[in-house]
Amino acid sequence: MFARRIIPCLDVSEGRVVKGVKFVSLKDAGDPVSCAQAYDRQNADELVFLDITASHEKRRTMIEVAEKVAATIFIPFTVGGGINKIQDIRDLLRTGCDKVSINTSAINNPKFILEASKRFGSQCIVVAIDAKHEGKNQWGVYTHGGRHPAGLDALAWAKRAAKLGAGEILLTSMDCDGTKNGYDLELTRRVSESVKIPVIASGGVGTLDHIYQGFTKGKADACLAASIFHFGEFTIPQTKSYLRAKGIPVRL
Amino acid sequence: MISIIDYGMGNLRSVSKALEHLGASYRFCTTGKDLAKADKVILPGVGAFGDAMKELKSRGFIGPLSDLISRKARLLGVCLGLQLLFEKSEENPGVKGLGIFKGSVKKFHSTNVKIPHMGWNDIKILKKHPLLAGIASGEYFYFVHSYCGKPSAKSLTLATCRYGREDFSAVVGQDHVFATQFHPEKSQAAGLRILKNFTRW
Repeated sequence: MFARRIIPCLDVSEGRVVKGVKFVSLKDAGDPVSCAQAYDRQNADELVFLDITASHEKRRTMIEVAEKVAATIFIPFTVGGGINKIQDIRDLLRTGCDKVSINTSAINNPKFILEASKRFGSQCIVVAIDAKHEGKNQWGVYTHGGRHPAGLDALAWAKRAAKLGAGEILLTSMDCDGTKNGYDLELTRRVSESVKIPVIASGGVGTLDHIYQGFTKGKADACLAASIFHFGEFTIPQTKSYLRAKGIPVRL
Repeated sequence: MISIIDYGMGNLRSVSKALEHLGASYRFCTTGKDLAKADKVILPGVGAFGDAMKELKSRGFIGPLSDLISRKARLLGVCLGLQLLFEKSEENPGVKGLGIFKGSVKKFHSTNVKIPHMGWNDIKILKKHPLLAGIASGEYFYFVHSYCGKPSAKSLTLATCRYGREDFSAVVGQDHVFATQFHPEKSQAAGLRILKNFTRW
């Protein structure tokens, strides 16, 4: 049966995993390749690497990371962060990386989605949307970690991105991110129901029930989480067993 | 030596990295001439059917690919590489496919599911095949596609997969040609097993 996907997300800066990944079993928890292997052993369905390197010059390090990840694990992985040009996408896909996630560059130039999906296929173009609640049933799109409003309605933007050729939406609630109070289920459901392409819920997971809610009430096609996996609060197999017991199809 | 067809469509690196991991030797073929003596060939690919056929044509792959079939070289198609083996596709009506498999490529008709079919799904094996050695029904593989191949003869479908209310062909095979709609190179141990079987086929 078609499985709902569980996706751990790793923040990487200058080639090192940041935001305190604490795998008990790893010698070097800062090494993105070791982390990726650990998640692969746990049967994660996909991985997302978010490159938060501040300095432009050091961006190349992500290419090296992707190269090593692609040589050692054989599940799909996505790289996001700072992707502005067709060349950036080509460089990443050449490493063996499967998908790229674009955010600000798509907002600044929506045709970038069209161009990228035509060139490389929709299946590898993920459009990341950072959304913030702005009133009853209304969410605005933000950039720069939720600091700058983009002047777009999240639902309308998701629909437009899908129309332009995005293969998937990575939807993060800026209100919920980091709170551990659960996904913004209303936002997730509305976006998921308004597009034909898969939607990945992100931001706010603190318990396994939050992931369950993401799939049921949020109608997400995949659920992304970071800290609950990194700190070993829950493993991927625990998460999947929990979901399976509650009737969500997963790949154990 | 495995020859990987490079016609500018999609991500060849994931296929080649998986082969490296298995210790298999490979080379990329950028024109049809490179296939002259090939005995094991992988046709990968992501993207649109029409674009892919155009690229295959302009790089002179059409003739050498049908020669492969007549001299019984082994061919493995992956994802779009499976679809291209059919006669035509609803994705680009009017564009001729390789026509190695009789039948055509159709859009998913279920309306209650997300398109593309993206993620892990399990297969049901209908027929034994050397490339499916060690793989049981219920094994999960990674899929990304919006269209699926429908062989005219049911006997060509070696394994099916269910998405929405539809059972589609996940693995198609005939003589020395074997093709998967899923990505073995992205399907962990089960996928690597199929690639390993291919290296020994």
